[in-house]
Amino acid sequence: MLEHYLSLIVKSIFIENMALAFFLGMCTYLAVSKKVETAFGLGIAVVVVQAITVPVNNLLFQYVLKEGALSWAGLENVDLSFLGLITYIGVIAAMVQILEMALDKFVPSLYNALGIFLPLITVNCAILGGSLFMVERDYNFPESIAYGFGSGIGWALAIVALAGIREKMKYSNVPPGLRGLGITFITVGLMAIAFMLFSGIQL
Amino acid sequence: MASKYKKVLLDPLFNNNPIALQILGVCSALAVTSQLKTSVVMSMAVIFVVAFSNLAVSLIRNHIPSSVRIIVEMTIIASLVIIADQLIKAFAFDVSKQLSVYVGLIITNCIIMGRAEAYALQNPPGASFIDGLGNGLGYSFVLIVVGFVRELFGAGKLFGYAVLPSVNDGGFYVPNGLLLLPPSAFFLIGLLIWAIRTWKPEQIEEE
Repeated sequence: MLEHYLSLIVKSIFIENMALAFFLGMCTYLAVSKKVETAFGLGIAVVVVQAITVPVNNLLFQYVLKEGALSWAGLENVDLSFLGLITYIGVIAAMVQILEMALDKFVPSLYNALGIFLPLITVNCAILGGSLFMVERDYNFPESIAYGFGSGIGWALAIVALAGIREKMKYSNVPPGLRGLGITFITVGLMAIAFMLFSGIQL
Repeated sequence: MASKYKKVLLDPLFNNNPIALQILGVCSALAVTSQLKTSVVMSMAVIFVVAFSNLAVSLIRNHIPSSVRIIVEMTIIASLVIIADQLIKAFAFDVSKQLSVYVGLIITNCIIMGRAEAYALQNPPGASFIDGLGNGLGYSFVLIVVGFVRELFGAGKLFGYAVLPSVNDGGFYVPNGLLLLPPSAFFLIGLLIWAIRTWKPEQIEEE
């Protein structure tokens, strides 16, 4: 049984990497990857938020939104799944806000380190994407914890790796039209090819 | 007045393209472009959402306290995305299966939020609507170019019809399978940015 969850974690980190296989969270991925240090901070924040929001959204989906989920309240035929999107984004925004306040109160040093990145996470599509994939693949509650954690780690790994490459790239002479965004896209493409090596692995 | 609207509409196409210059809304641009059909449907959904969210935000811009404006904008955008999602499910079910989660991800597409924040909050409804259309079109331009190249050279087809008959069907064209895989989208957009910046050198970034 434990094996099942472990393989789900490994799968979500490497084979189905959020950033490099599904292109999620690209805006922040490209914008905040100039320095390893900041990339690392953002990566940690994403792991934490992802590991909390995916299971919470899973509970909401199972017990409120799914077709027939409201039968405990006597409403057998109610299907609220069309409200999914607005619910998930609400949960994510609320979670980020709560996390921000809790960190500020209890772990000020971490709060200062993550500071500006936390609000950015609300509009990071990797977070919303994680919840939507969880619904699409019908994960149960423990699976959603494993998936949320693993996909967060995968995204953090990808952004730290890209930041490392971009720090080195400062020393190279890039053609003028490709400088900045263009060469970053090509680098990410090469990284995505490298990550495709994992795609044949059966777990 | 007409020329001002024209500028608002056409500027985002090349001079200030949301994807190529502002790095907004890249996620979906990469993921849905392996076929032309999905690119076109996605573009229409984004144009619809960005134009109407700009219009709605602009209409109520004088009544929103600035402390809660993000939540108000999010609610407007999420409602519009739900409408677009339901419409695609109703009229193009197979495409909606292929687009999977990416329609829902229009909510977090930074183009929409960015335009609402940067333009619709300061400008009257008419101009905001046009600005939304323009940015939607700028986004669609990149999506359709990338989708066109990927489907034509990756599968030898356009909109699912064989244009370059492939070797498997007795034709001459050997499809380049890499173009259907995720990494090719990065290369194509990188090259597209290179092309645009060679044409318009003032966009080059100095580091």
